[in-house]
Amino acid sequence: MSFSWAKAYEPKNPFMRWLDERLPLPRLAYGAIGGGYPVPRNLNYFWNFGVLAGIFLTIQIVTGIVLAMHYYATTDGAFTSVNQLIMRDVNAGWLLRYAHMNGASFFFIVTYIHIFRGLFYGSYKAPRELVWMLGLVIYFLMMATAFMGYVLPWGQMSYWGAQVITGFFSAFPLVGEPLRVWLLGGYAPDEAALTRFFSLHYLLPFVIAAVVILHIWALHIPGSGNPTGVDVKTERDTLPFHPFYTAKDGWFAATVLLVYAIVTYFAPNYLGHPDNYIQANPLATPAHIVPEWYFWPFYAILRSFTVDFILPAKLWGVLAMFASILLLFFLPWLDRSPVRSGSYRPVFKRFFWLLVVDVIILGYIGGAPINWWRVALGQAAAAYYFLHFLVILPLVSAFETPLPLPSSISESVLHGEAEEAAPVGQKKPRRGATATAG
Amino acid sequence: MRFILGFIGALFAAVLLISFFSNLATYFQSPPAPLASDEFHKEPKEIHFASDGPFGHFDKRQLQRGFQVYSEVCSACHSLKMVSFRDLKELGYNEAEIKKIASDWKTQVPSINPDTGEPATRKALPSDNFPAPFPNEVAARAANNNALPPDLSLITKAREGGAAYVYSLITGYADQAGYKNDKGEELLKAFPDAKTPQGLHFNPYFANLNVAMPPPLVSNGQVTYAPGNPAPTVDQMARDVAAFLVWTAEPNLERRHAAGIAVAIFLLVASILGYFAYRQIWYEAKRAVRVTGALDPENQAKSRRAKAKQGVAG
Repeated sequence: MSFSWAKAYEPKNPFMRWLDERLPLPRLAYGAIGGGYPVPRNLNYFWNFGVLAGIFLTIQIVTGIVLAMHYYATTDGAFTSVNQLIMRDVNAGWLLRYAHMNGASFFFIVTYIHIFRGLFYGSYKAPRELVWMLGLVIYFLMMATAFMGYVLPWGQMSYWGAQVITGFFSAFPLVGEPLRVWLLGGYAPDEAALTRFFSLHYLLPFVIAAVVILHIWALHIPGSGNPTGVDVKTERDTLPFHPFYTAKDGWFAATVLLVYAIVTYFAPNYLGHPDNYIQANPLATPAHIVPEWYFWPFYAILRSFTVDFILPAKLWGVLAMFASILLLFFLPWLDRSPVRSGSYRPVFKRFFWLLVVDVIILGYIGGAPINWWRVALGQAAAAYYFLHFLVILPLVSAFETPLPLPSSISESVLHGEAEEAAPVGQKKPRRGATATAG
Repeated sequence: MRFILGFIGALFAAVLLISFFSNLATYFQSPPAPLASDEFHKEPKEIHFASDGPFGHFDKRQLQRGFQVYSEVCSACHSLKMVSFRDLKELGYNEAEIKKIASDWKTQVPSINPDTGEPATRKALPSDNFPAPFPNEVAARAANNNALPPDLSLITKAREGGAAYVYSLITGYADQAGYKNDKGEELLKAFPDAKTPQGLHFNPYFANLNVAMPPPLVSNGQVTYAPGNPAPTVDQMARDVAAFLVWTAEPNLERRHAAGIAVAIFLLVASILGYFAYRQIWYEAKRAVRVTGALDPENQAKSRRAKAKQGVAG
């Protein structure tokens, strides 16, 4: 309950009253995603992606539970159970599997947009630092879950991806190799690794769901941010979540699901790799081992370290790859600007778009076969990534002069129509009065 | 803390720059030698199948012809272990025909002698998957010059280019002597070492240009099609078997397309209705949000005018 004017839940029918008195679940839902949660009225469509991430998490859990009913976590049976049993013999198994495969990709697409939304509009700044950090925890868990899920079909990329990724740990001196063997339960990915990945792949989504609850809880203390970055001051600045944002999220979700359906039904393997339709073979290394697209930027950073400078190149790469995610946890303190929204930060804005281009370049480099100019480009892009967050951002935030901020959300959206901006549902603005102000 | 983090960032960037310059130095000092497989490898040919596109469906007669090519040619070496005889129903064969195809299949199904328990074989049943031509990998390699013929069930999903790759590979064998790429370079002049080794076959559509599989379709009419079908040229047979292998890899393609169209229409209608519901709900609030962004020059002019007006009035 973030604002004093947030409406309290009033049960309308006797059953809900009965339930609410004993277990205030309806009250909880009303306050979290109902009419009892006031949301800034000026949110743009970039604010829809959190809900979309929740939708894709749900799709993944539901399809995943059913797929797990038909999946065999054995090195002999995994590939066949996915490609023969599920894809051919299980009723609508092909749909479940393609929906799950592409659901993972779409989960990452909406999450990346959600993260970049946060980066641009300063959603990581006080008082929402914990919202940001919990979000990063979710992202980290998502990556672990997605990686282990990709191993389960036991195709060539599954196997060699597992080999490469668990190989990261062996880069650490002394503890590295024993740690890798302990994680895999053997010297190479095998049945022990497959069964534990399956077990964890089933567990982690529920951990994600739990952290999502914390993420939303922490969000609802200060309430949602908004494109101006100006704090909510009065009731005029907000609209109740329901029906306003449920309606906005609803139609937009249907549109994104339409895109998801088109990919799932008409190009289900577009985002995948053909080699994963070849059964895992520890004796045949694929020509290009690449992870799934959503790991490409990090894979590019990993591969960019090619010189043993004091430490071995591999260790540099692994450290840099972990650092590239960990540094995001420090963002609330790296960016000192009191202005949240990038719209009012002319210098920051330019660097932000440079970062977007940089990450896209890293993504391209991470997915493409190696040659000399790609390696060079990837190295420059990786260097910019670190400089952006750890050097440029703190400097920009110290020296930049932001543009004047609107004094309130309603001013930014109303422009002299302030008289009219009565809280919706309280005072109906007269139609036709708009012209007088302008 | 910012200084420590800034230092870490600068350190990573510095190591990357060292890597960057050493990478460039290596390249310019000793540029990597070009590889024959980079310069002479060809992308799959353009080819279209009835199953392409969102409305694509299988051409059953073509699939039957493709199945005939598979069973008379490919199946000598390649297994099809994820497909069962009963699946042929989708190609338009009736149950009696499927029963006959199964029991006549050249390889029998491993079994045991019901009296002694000794290993034995029996005739295939419609419920069996296609029996593999070789009992195990060692036998397959022994019979094929140490190469392992891949299982074909998923081949069109397991190769870049899919069915077009299969078609291109089958029809793409060439004489290596005097072979030129599109740029007019002659392979054996540019790369004298790239001569195809004994026992392999030159094929520019194969990743490393030399494939162990001998040309499978060598002469027109190698397979006799039933009357009413196109003439069994090498090109036609290759097309047909590629189309058949699309089906083996994706037998639910037609169902997927049909369901996809229904789901897409449903979601499109839901989006449109949802959008109008959203407009309706936001009607009042929308007028306030219609113009967003205090930085919009138009809006700034608006607020300036409003202020000026107030000034005049005051």
